[in-house]
Amino acid sequence: MFKRKTESASALPRSRQRSKPTIMFCAIAMLAAVLSACSGTTESSSSSSSGSSSNQQAQVTLTLLVDNSQDAVNQANAYISAFQKLNSDIKIELETRPNGSEGDNTVKTRLATGDMADVFFYNSGSLMQALSPEKNLLDLTDEPLMDNIMDAFKPAVTYKGRIYGVPSGSTTAGGWFYNKKIYSQLNLTVPKTWNELMENSNKIKATGITPVIGTYKDSWTSQLVVLADYYNIQTQVPDFANQFTSHQATIAGTPATLRSFEKLQELHDQNFMNKDFLATTYDSGLKMLAEGKGAQYPMLSSAIPAVAQNFPDQIEDIGFFAQPGDDASANGLTIWLPGGAYIYKESEHIEEAKKFLAFIASVEGTKTVAAASSPTGPFLIQGASIPDSVPTVVKEMLPYFDSNQTAPALEYLSPVKGPSLEQITVEVGSGIKTAAEGAAAYDKDVEKQAKQLGLDGW
Amino acid sequence: MNKTVKQTYSYWFLLPAALVYLVIFILPTALSFFFSLTRWNLTEWEFIGLENFVTFFQEQSLSIGFKNTLIYAVVTCALKVVIGLLLGVVLTSKIRSKSYLRSVIFFPTLISTIAVGIAFSAMMHPTEGIINSGLALIGIEGPDWLGDVRLALLSVAFVDVWKGLGFATVIYIAGILSIPEDYYEALQMDGGNGWHKFWNIIVPLCRPATHSVIILSFIGGLRSFDLIWTMTKGGPGFTTDLIASIIYKQYQGGFYGLATAGNVILFILVTLLALPLYSYMNRKEAEL
Repeated sequence: MFKRKTESASALPRSRQRSKPTIMFCAIAMLAAVLSACSGTTESSSSSSSGSSSNQQAQVTLTLLVDNSQDAVNQANAYISAFQKLNSDIKIELETRPNGSEGDNTVKTRLATGDMADVFFYNSGSLMQALSPEKNLLDLTDEPLMDNIMDAFKPAVTYKGRIYGVPSGSTTAGGWFYNKKIYSQLNLTVPKTWNELMENSNKIKATGITPVIGTYKDSWTSQLVVLADYYNIQTQVPDFANQFTSHQATIAGTPATLRSFEKLQELHDQNFMNKDFLATTYDSGLKMLAEGKGAQYPMLSSAIPAVAQNFPDQIEDIGFFAQPGDDASANGLTIWLPGGAYIYKESEHIEEAKKFLAFIASVEGTKTVAAASSPTGPFLIQGASIPDSVPTVVKEMLPYFDSNQTAPALEYLSPVKGPSLEQITVEVGSGIKTAAEGAAAYDKDVEKQAKQLGLDGW
Repeated sequence: MNKTVKQTYSYWFLLPAALVYLVIFILPTALSFFFSLTRWNLTEWEFIGLENFVTFFQEQSLSIGFKNTLIYAVVTCALKVVIGLLLGVVLTSKIRSKSYLRSVIFFPTLISTIAVGIAFSAMMHPTEGIINSGLALIGIEGPDWLGDVRLALLSVAFVDVWKGLGFATVIYIAGILSIPEDYYEALQMDGGNGWHKFWNIIVPLCRPATHSVIILSFIGGLRSFDLIWTMTKGGPGFTTDLIASIIYKQYQGGFYGLATAGNVILFILVTLLALPLYSYMNRKEAEL
């Protein structure tokens, strides 16, 4: 390389001077061509959209994006086939994306590149707020279909005062599954305080059964003890979510929130979890629970359809209770609001998409989805009820709702949620960090996220 | 045609390649240096200076990756060199079924890393995995390979070595076979034994092969991601996080600017470590 250059150096200067601008020119020309091509496609697509929605009688095809878990696909297919029966001129195509944070990325990337499906199901709460709703999602605040939605749901899909989604399923609760057979064999009662829960666990441990199932191979499951504790936090510090969002309160500096981490640490200190909890997956955890190899499992009630499907003979052996606090009289349930169904703002078929959302947000829609998959809690649609055929474990949650002893999880009240919580709870639950160290680490994680969100006061 | 026209004419042929290079390599690199200084959500950005880099170096959960990455790169690199050389010697000696054994050694290199990761994490399961079941047969209680904080990183490094060894061995086989017979004959005349042959002929004359293996496996180790991700996802907690997996997690969290800053740091780190190593070894090779 170097040799050749020096050999021909005498002739180089002039030719270089000439070729350099030419290269620049070509590069600019190419860039311009690429850019104009981009804008050209968006123009043509938007013009075709107005044509197709207004004066065309032919069938319209909507796309629907949901996550690829078996249950989500079952529910989406149920919605689609019921809706298509009522609207023969609209066809809906199902697309799937991965679950969890990989799926979050897919959604964000597809929105950023203008390649989103017409309708998509996605989390409500803090995750939804991270989608830049005012830019990407269709504002549904003044749509008549919102009348069907209960007020409890609306804050979870509200961003800067505008509402962007309808609930795409039933409410979920976070708490403790327990095996009723084991409980009755040992004459245990459902615990109302954390101490009772620990006593029960000690008795179970004495018989050689795993008292608490740990499934940290799927690290998201390690967060449950901390997240499901929010009802107890709220009874002690009613304004915590607001203080937390504005950086006036921290996790490590608030005794009530620190207590959540201490509970997790206690499970480790008492050696309550199965020996291989770091290598056990969520699916094997459900199996342990159903087969009675483990007695209790802190988990979301969204596990119910999977248990009902895989262990139909054991589903009636399984019960559910809220994560107890330190005061038996203040016992209540932390709930996860349903995910939302959203319309992509740039969709070419807004009217048809609204029709589809109206169906999802109707009593008819809830019946459809309840038939396809067991509800994991009440629906947040006016007039909708849970069918009698649901497993007992779901019915056991209803008293909490009926007597208003519920609080939404923190992620529905505050946009602040650190992405490393699951790693930190694994550390606390496996004894790498103490509760205080874990809470402090989470505060740092949260600070990073709040700064990225550009919140005031951080 | 005069000389200048001829020169320009030939430069036109470079243009398509130069454009491809500009659009696919130079532009993204420059952009990523820029976006590492911003808070960025793929569509909008805000310039925040070096804040991303400060966050990266200050936060314990992020900086843990530097130590792990170095340990991982050094361990995998050293093992590949040592075991690769030994296997290379065995597989160039006069044993039967030599070519069969060579293909056995090379076989793991052909499997997808993801498949290897999944298979080994199943085999390393503490209670149901085949490794600990085997150990239990001879009365040893095996550790939790991927759950033990002190072991997990080394377990993954071991799998990386198992998978990458075939490649190192092939390079060594080529290096050993290229040594002229004369040296061995001279050694025989002087009455040298097998040990002399290994230490005084094979090791020094294989130095170019050693250097290739070191550079390739060291840079590979620094950038390693897929195996860690399939086997531990950086866990338990953050104990096996490498820089690459930390970057990926920031990206997953939606912190695109921060993730890009991590990539720039990784780029600089690889350059700072690999370039001096490379030039040092080049000098050594010239001395040969």
